[in-house]
Amino acid sequence: MGLRPEHEIHTRRKGLNMGVGLMLGAFVILVMLLTFTKITSAEFQIPASQANGVGVQTGGGSN
Amino acid sequence: MTDVTDTQSFEAEPQLGDYYALLKPRVMQLVVFTAVVGMLAAPVGVNPVVGFASILFLAIGAGASGALNMWWDADIDAVMKRTVNRPIPAGKVTAQSAMYFGVALSGLSVMMLALSANLLAGAMLAFTIFFYVVPYTMWLKRSTPQNIVIGGAAGAFPPVIGWIIATGQIAVLEPWLMFALIFMWTPPHFWALALFMRNDYDDAKVPMLTVTHGRRATRNHILGYTVVLFVLAVGTAFSAIGGWVYLATALVLNVLFLKGAYDIWQRDEDMSEADNFAVERKFFRLSLWYLFAHFVAILIEAALKPVGLGGW
Repeated sequence: MGLRPEHEIHTRRKGLNMGVGLMLGAFVILVMLLTFTKITSAEFQIPASQANGVGVQTGGGSN
Repeated sequence: MTDVTDTQSFEAEPQLGDYYALLKPRVMQLVVFTAVVGMLAAPVGVNPVVGFASILFLAIGAGASGALNMWWDADIDAVMKRTVNRPIPAGKVTAQSAMYFGVALSGLSVMMLALSANLLAGAMLAFTIFFYVVPYTMWLKRSTPQNIVIGGAAGAFPPVIGWIIATGQIAVLEPWLMFALIFMWTPPHFWALALFMRNDYDDAKVPMLTVTHGRRATRNHILGYTVVLFVLAVGTAFSAIGGWVYLATALVLNVLFLKGAYDIWQRDEDMSEADNFAVERKFFRLSLWYLFAHFVAILIEAALKPVGLGGW
């Protein structure tokens, strides 16, 4: 089965779709940067429920 | 609201710029600027990445409330010269799309601000969006001549949120002084605009003070608010965010602002129409510089503190 020819709506919306795509990409990069920044900061502590014996644990619960 | 866009045809596809215009970019600039000052004036430093992301999410939240405002007020915007080219009345974006866009960005911005900064900042942004959209846009804007005063409160929250981003604290005086500065500045700023854009608000049947209580009362109110603003703005100089630079700025600008308000108060309609509201227009232009300069002065004080020069 051959590829469908590009629908006219794709041409009309190209600018908008490209813009949304770029912004989503920028959002992913920003969230990555935020995550790296937070987990490498001095105040970061692994929550006790997810620590599995690694790092400094916070919270009173144990599992 | 009325569905002004439901029956219109959309010949052109909405472009990215049309959605950007829904965010009220000029209001967003003010939000970003005052929030950055609030964040940098706080006594606690912020990691640049966290600060940048938090201000960005705050700006998106402010833009989202602008989109929801445009969705609800599409009928008003369609009859006012100043707003007739906005994306919905201009037929570029449907009202429904604007609503979905605003709701989605509101949720995203609040959640992301809570994650990037702290829960209190996220909660405060959620409250600000709610306050601007529901009590102000949906209710009070069309029912009371004090609409500008109430709307001004929503616009005054960004420096408080900026402060919370840095400190996680809300129960201190300084961010609320910045809040009060914008809150008290907004009514004279918009009432001056209403004096020389009068047909717009009349046509839209928005109960501006000029329409409900008359233009004389509006001139009186401008002077009254400016006097209170004078005391507040100069008094802020003696708080932890003030100093010599701020005091000098506040004194010069508040004397000029008070002089402008007094000139407006002295005039009647005949005098204003004779020179096409020159004094009112000048006061409005000055009001833009007024707020900008006060926040720049706060920023300078904050920048001077690390080298032992800012503050008292």
